[in-house]
Amino acid sequence: MPQLKIVLKNCGIIDPKHLQTYLEQDGFKALAKARQMTPAGVIAEVKASGLRGRGGAGFPCGLKWEGARNSPGDEKYVICNADEGEVGTFKDRYILENDPFSLVEGLAIAGYAVGAGQGYIYLRAEYHYLLEKLQGAIDQAREAGYLEGFEIVVREGAGAYVCGEESALMESIEGGRGESRYRPPFPTVAGLWQKPTTINNVETLMNIPRIVLNGSGWFSQIGTERSKGTKVFSVSGDVARPSVYELVLGTPLRELVEELAGAKNIKVVQIGGATGRIIPYAMIDTPLAFENLLGAGAVTVFNESRDVIDIVHRTMEFLAEESCGKCTPCRQGTEVMVETLARFCRGQGSAKDIKALDVLAETMALTSLCGLGQAAPFAVLDTLKYFRNDYEKQISGSQGVRVA
Amino acid sequence: MSKKFFPANKPPADLLVALQQAQTGVGYLTPEVLAELAGTFEIPVNDVYGVASFYSFLVTKPCGRHIIRVCRSLPCHLKDAEMIIETVKKETGIGPGETTPDGRFSFELTNCIGLCDRAPAMLINNDPHVDLTPKKIARILRDYR
Repeated sequence: MPQLKIVLKNCGIIDPKHLQTYLEQDGFKALAKARQMTPAGVIAEVKASGLRGRGGAGFPCGLKWEGARNSPGDEKYVICNADEGEVGTFKDRYILENDPFSLVEGLAIAGYAVGAGQGYIYLRAEYHYLLEKLQGAIDQAREAGYLEGFEIVVREGAGAYVCGEESALMESIEGGRGESRYRPPFPTVAGLWQKPTTINNVETLMNIPRIVLNGSGWFSQIGTERSKGTKVFSVSGDVARPSVYELVLGTPLRELVEELAGAKNIKVVQIGGATGRIIPYAMIDTPLAFENLLGAGAVTVFNESRDVIDIVHRTMEFLAEESCGKCTPCRQGTEVMVETLARFCRGQGSAKDIKALDVLAETMALTSLCGLGQAAPFAVLDTLKYFRNDYEKQISGSQGVRVA
Repeated sequence: MSKKFFPANKPPADLLVALQQAQTGVGYLTPEVLAELAGTFEIPVNDVYGVASFYSFLVTKPCGRHIIRVCRSLPCHLKDAEMIIETVKKETGIGPGETTPDGRFSFELTNCIGLCDRAPAMLINNDPHVDLTPKKIARILRDYR
């Protein structure tokens, strides 16, 4: 049974504009239950569930909450990251369109557990059309008395991919340029306005009411050893049925792209968007889990007609444009990679370029300030590993001669 | 001296929010607005411009009444976004980065807007338009006067 609706259980069932329909599906019962527990008890439950962050990094949610809870200070914040900018990801859009109430409930539980009186939802500017529904859900919950002692403010982004990175996002809420911060200190110690802060992806928070209501034992039985629960995947590209699919973690990629999405003649799959991994069709049976491949669950499928170097070049162009520019390895590294890859696109690459890409990729991964620059070379590294011949074919005067 | 955008009794919460509000009110971030905000927040106008220019949805040059943003990221590219870009060019007579002489449209290319399941897609102002075809585009643009 690979398909299982935990996160999306209310999607298509409730009316996202009417609280009553949410209450009929056990809405806000988890929040009531959480408030009967101690905050430490709620955190223990989330820790025991094994829930890991769904935004891509996979950090254990309970540990993050515990860190912020235990940090000294009376003023703390909880943030929901709804700045879904990763290329090929649209699951949070789908969630916000169909079940904003569960998110509000999840964030309120987070606030209670962490000891924060104020929550923020950072919504990307591209999703402005979802604001009314989201704000409506917050207002209805507040008027019905569910948000006593907890305030939720929606902050809109202004068009910057890097603001999906937690520290850049906090800079943006503070009103400045969305540039990543040096760490430590981590947000759980000094986050928004230097106060202890947790920041969770939309999908992570969607899991919280289910875990609190059904217990960690129920949740931790689903999935693999190190990846509990389900994941919502955004499948797009060369597939017959592009859509969101929620699958038990550990399900092989083949089931998702071939059986559910109806892909044929697959050449490569990009998992996790621009900062994700690129794998050849030969690896189609890889289980989708944190221990293998996951990211934020963007799955972009490319068929046999697609050019691997073109895919990598376009990915790098995106990253070069969206780099915040604060650290040199990312700002300059992505630019140099774009130039180098452009030479391969024109058939003017060289053996030296391949070596340079290798060295540069390693430098960026090791020395960039945040996840953007650290993960930016993945597309290059993966294709050099699996599709080296595609690069070699693009060397001047070469017809696929091995050079390394 | 020109009228202030933010009245003294209603100061904006922070710079980004102020820029967003000013853009909604004025249409784009004029040098006057940037200078006023530098005064409000007691920071150099360069820093105000630094924030304004960081975000792709903030505009510091005069722009059209309607901003067309066609997605050119990979999932849309695979669904022939090039054709959509060409159609918008033909329909509006302008290329990416330009504004029509009558001030009706500005045309931009944008990175992933999260509508990949309905690619190719674009935003006009804040409205999503999906499953685009050349025929559909002409019809959609007609509604933005």
